[in-house]
Amino acid sequence: MKRAECIAMLYPELGDKPVVTIMGACAQELYDLGHQENFFYLQHAMGLASSIGLGLALALPHHKIVVLDGDGSVLMNLGTFATLARYRPSNLVHVIFDNGSLLSTGGFDSHTTSGITDLAGIARAAGIEHVSACDSVMTFGEAMVEAFARNALSVIVAKVAAVGPNHYGMDLHLPENAFRFKRWIAGRTASAGR
Amino acid sequence: MSVSYENSKIVYQGIKDAGITSLSALPETWLGLLLQQADRDPDVRLIQVAKEEEAIGIAAGAYFAGERHILLMQNHGFLAAINGIVSLAQLYSVPLCMLVALRGHWGEPYPWHTRGGIVTEGVLRALNIPFEYARDPKDVGRQIREAYALSQSSLSPVALLLTRDLMEEAL
Repeated sequence: MKRAECIAMLYPELGDKPVVTIMGACAQELYDLGHQENFFYLQHAMGLASSIGLGLALALPHHKIVVLDGDGSVLMNLGTFATLARYRPSNLVHVIFDNGSLLSTGGFDSHTTSGITDLAGIARAAGIEHVSACDSVMTFGEAMVEAFARNALSVIVAKVAAVGPNHYGMDLHLPENAFRFKRWIAGRTASAGR
Repeated sequence: MSVSYENSKIVYQGIKDAGITSLSALPETWLGLLLQQADRDPDVRLIQVAKEEEAIGIAAGAYFAGERHILLMQNHGFLAAINGIVSLAQLYSVPLCMLVALRGHWGEPYPWHTRGGIVTEGVLRALNIPFEYARDPKDVGRQIREAYALSQSSLSPVALLLTRDLMEEAL
């Protein structure tokens, strides 16, 4: 399965949820479906997407927060699983697209290649109760439906092919993305309460 | 030497007076009494991290959500968090108000703290992060409010260095 297929399947569900993506292919594939003000693309600081998601989730308990992470990024911040397990934000859905590759920097194998390191296993052992591992679009879709319906922290590790878009670039400056993302949240919390 | 209970209370009151409602931290000796107070305070959310760089992400999320958030860390934790400070906070104009325990500096008896202590100010300067030293309990509350104000108006990281004079009992 391809990450782009998974993101395309998710896209209709993301209209009213703050979404944080990692850099590179993942950000570009979401952006190419049509940017929305509730999307924040973390184009650097690898590993911190789920930490941003935790900060958002604890502060916005009435919003479902979606993090689109990757194996290379999450390997840089494995401690995040332990912190997520400790605080268990019931409104956070942490998706990890595991392509076993540092695709954006030349496609070097990551530690998850050929199943050497099992990210879903690490998440479970860190103390996260609801962890799904998927390798087909069908099982990914089912896991996402369950995660959105569940009032508990969900981690979904989706095994995807190491392929990305054939172009990179956004008509969006990085601070502009941050300012607009913050304003979108402010508008939602002002009108609906937290 | 022991951590000053009285001054820890004064620093915590300074945090409260700055209107802070959420706080991310990695526990360390000088911050211990502060974190105990935060943990008992029903009006403040304390998030403990496994490594300080996580706190940069958490602070960004809290800021996006409109919370008044500060970070508490040791200077070695600040050194461990630099990529997040540069490539999240500075890159995206996200404010960070960091209270940093300045271990390994004037009067430090423990060798293991000293390298980090000696380089902290130089690293802050290299990163263009405004900083002040907090030495006197009479001033620290105002310094916390000022650090928070500057972080928000400049949309950038600001550091208040908590010194030995403030955090340890006088001999």
